[in-house]
Amino acid sequence: MGFVLVIAAALFFPGIIIRVKSLLSGRKGPGIMQPWRNILLLLRKGNVISTTTSYIFRLAPTIYLCTILCAILLLPFPGVPSLLGFEGDFVLFAYMLALGKFLFIISAMDTGSSFEGMGASREALYSMLAEPAFFILFGTLALLTGFSSMQPIFDSFQFAGHNSFILGFIAVYLLIQIAMIENSRMPIDDPKTHLELTMIHEVMILDHSGFDLALIHIGTALKFSMYGLLIANFLIPPQFPLIIRILLFFVVQVTMAVLIGLMESFRARKKLAKNPQFIVTLSSIGLVAFILVLLITFKMIG
Amino acid sequence: MNQTRYIELFSNPDSVRLLDIPVLDYPAFLAFLDQLMGEEGTHCVAYFALPQAETFRFICCMAADENHALVIFSHEQPRNPLPSLPSITARHFQFHVFEREIFENTGIKFPDHPWLKPVRFPFQRADHSNIIDNYPFYSIEGEELHEVGVGPIHAGIIEPGYFRFICHGEEVLHLEIQLGFQHRGIEHLFVENQQLLYQSILAENITGDTAIGHSLAFTGVVESLAGIHVSSSLAIERTVALELERIAVHIGDTAALCTDIAYQFGQVVNEALRTIVINTTQLWCGNRFGKGLIRPSKTNYPLSLDIVKVILKNLEEVEKRYLQVTDRIFTLSSVLGRFENMGKLTPKQATLIGTVGMAARSSGMYRDIRWSHPFSAFTDHPYEPAMLQKGDVWSRALLRKLEVEKSIEIIRKLLKNFMIDHSEFQNYETVNQKSNIINSGLAPLSLAISLVEGWRGEICHVAVTDNSGKMAFYKIKDPSLHNWMALALAVRNQEISDFPLCNKSFNLSYCGNDL
Repeated sequence: MGFVLVIAAALFFPGIIIRVKSLLSGRKGPGIMQPWRNILLLLRKGNVISTTTSYIFRLAPTIYLCTILCAILLLPFPGVPSLLGFEGDFVLFAYMLALGKFLFIISAMDTGSSFEGMGASREALYSMLAEPAFFILFGTLALLTGFSSMQPIFDSFQFAGHNSFILGFIAVYLLIQIAMIENSRMPIDDPKTHLELTMIHEVMILDHSGFDLALIHIGTALKFSMYGLLIANFLIPPQFPLIIRILLFFVVQVTMAVLIGLMESFRARKKLAKNPQFIVTLSSIGLVAFILVLLITFKMIG
Repeated sequence: MNQTRYIELFSNPDSVRLLDIPVLDYPAFLAFLDQLMGEEGTHCVAYFALPQAETFRFICCMAADENHALVIFSHEQPRNPLPSLPSITARHFQFHVFEREIFENTGIKFPDHPWLKPVRFPFQRADHSNIIDNYPFYSIEGEELHEVGVGPIHAGIIEPGYFRFICHGEEVLHLEIQLGFQHRGIEHLFVENQQLLYQSILAENITGDTAIGHSLAFTGVVESLAGIHVSSSLAIERTVALELERIAVHIGDTAALCTDIAYQFGQVVNEALRTIVINTTQLWCGNRFGKGLIRPSKTNYPLSLDIVKVILKNLEEVEKRYLQVTDRIFTLSSVLGRFENMGKLTPKQATLIGTVGMAARSSGMYRDIRWSHPFSAFTDHPYEPAMLQKGDVWSRALLRKLEVEKSIEIIRKLLKNFMIDHSEFQNYETVNQKSNIINSGLAPLSLAISLVEGWRGEICHVAVTDNSGKMAFYKIKDPSLHNWMALALAVRNQEISDFPLCNKSFNLSYCGNDL
């Protein structure tokens, strides 16, 4: 269920971001489906593979996409259990993504380019710092609800009373920021830049071309709507009729895409050295939520 | 005694007979140079080796900002055998690029020069084994250091240049900039073809972004050699063109700075504003960059009252919107976080390397040719430069805003005069369209020097004529020649990812350096 809808949402997600940004800059902008037309074009093209690379370089894009697909399979849809849910599945979810990222980083190192090495080291640093934020958030939720699988967490989270409102707000904020970091968007990275020296994610895919590049782009689009689903889980009450839930899911996805477009239009990117500080802030917000829950559930015994 | 050591010129542009330039012996030359450099605000605008029958005549032109004067003096060295001279650079670092140029062109060695590297690999260089592939890069040995090479193809395909960074992690320890990929032999072309139209077009293409600045400098040189006095209306017109160019480029740079920090709003608004300004120039002369507008002793596009009105109307619109958008830019915390304290060029460094133009003015140096050596309409309308102290990207961005405001103010003032006096200029078109330069010819055996404050900084053109009144030697100095070193110093101890922003904040010319 969730799987199909995530793929459907991924079809228009990147297009909406681009459209919002171009409308805000006074241009008409390309069609909503343009990113996917580009991907189809790339899929028909052959790969150009640098002679200095090994099999890792060729393997990475495929595994990257696979890990994202697997991660999506772990996610429930509001009121519908996930395909592969089990106790502690959010740990696998996080490390599925980390595995994809890890392969990406070593494949960037594989090219031997000084740019890609720099990008890889930056990406590794930022995802390392973003990881605690994610786990603190889910730890908090597990503590609050007493479950350790995503589907029951979300199900019972909705009924956990008034407290869930503030916690839901924090969770959604954190997840949007984590999504921005994981997808290398503003304020951490600038997907539009042409300057290799400032790139993080873009520089790592400099050497990929054709079919492989298309896989990476598909992965990126899926990642966006995957986080959209995660957020939808917090916001959509599972007791609503299915058709309303599906509609709400798309509303959440579109809102998130528009929000990202807005955020990217009206602010400047951060200085690279300030990024770690910013990401660590997310973890501390997570910790605030954690302490809050400890207080609420009277688990902090003085 | 001083009369014999140097000659002082008080107008800009100006010319002098070669015989009137005193020749000193080298130790006396150095001693006098030391004395000059001890004065506040004195800097070198041209130092070159003029080839003569059996000697090289080294002519040094210094701008004394405080006295509003140009000081010219020289020394002479035999061509055969080539001497080996103690370098000036060891005492005054701002001479490094002039001496490198001399070394490259003539082969004269400066054994104690600390940075004797090729500048642009000209076709007629002294040592042909010196090629662009074996540029002697500086290197540091170290386990933890790594080198990053960028170029020579620019990521945005702007112009070719090679940058080599020595980094410790993300921190840049040293940046070396290798240029010369675009050498076209422009100085040589000025001498090869003496047709005035050919030379004017050549001058416009020294650097495409300073077409008006460079053609104004060239025009000054020719008019000075031909002894032509420019009417005040023509001077106003040229100054308006120069300031329009400054406004357009500064606004364009504000947009580009926003692009580099991914601030989309600032980028698109400023890009649109720049288009209004360059389209105004296009309406006037048919070219957005003002090519064809400046011609020696005349104009092909006399300013009409209609065009004056359009310029004033468009500038009002641009000023209103530019002030609004810069107000947003310079109050947005995420923008300030990127601009402030980044790419600092301290006033001390700026003075040492002889930084010019807006880069100098944003590092606390009061250096502006419009103020120190007024030319065109600035002789009648004194200009007070804007100045900032910090020398970081923020200063250079903010200075652009201040200069745009000042330039708009100047244009308003000049055009108001122009409109009031327009009755006086009834026969203006006929007067200014007639070129009398061909009849009068150029003064023989003379040196003419012309300084112009382009948007980037001081442009210096020097021409030397032979005994039949033809140009025998031409020397161009674009402000980039000094300021590339400023960029190399500004990025030290910065993050490598901030380099593009620092680079953009200087916005230097590759072809202006390569010639």
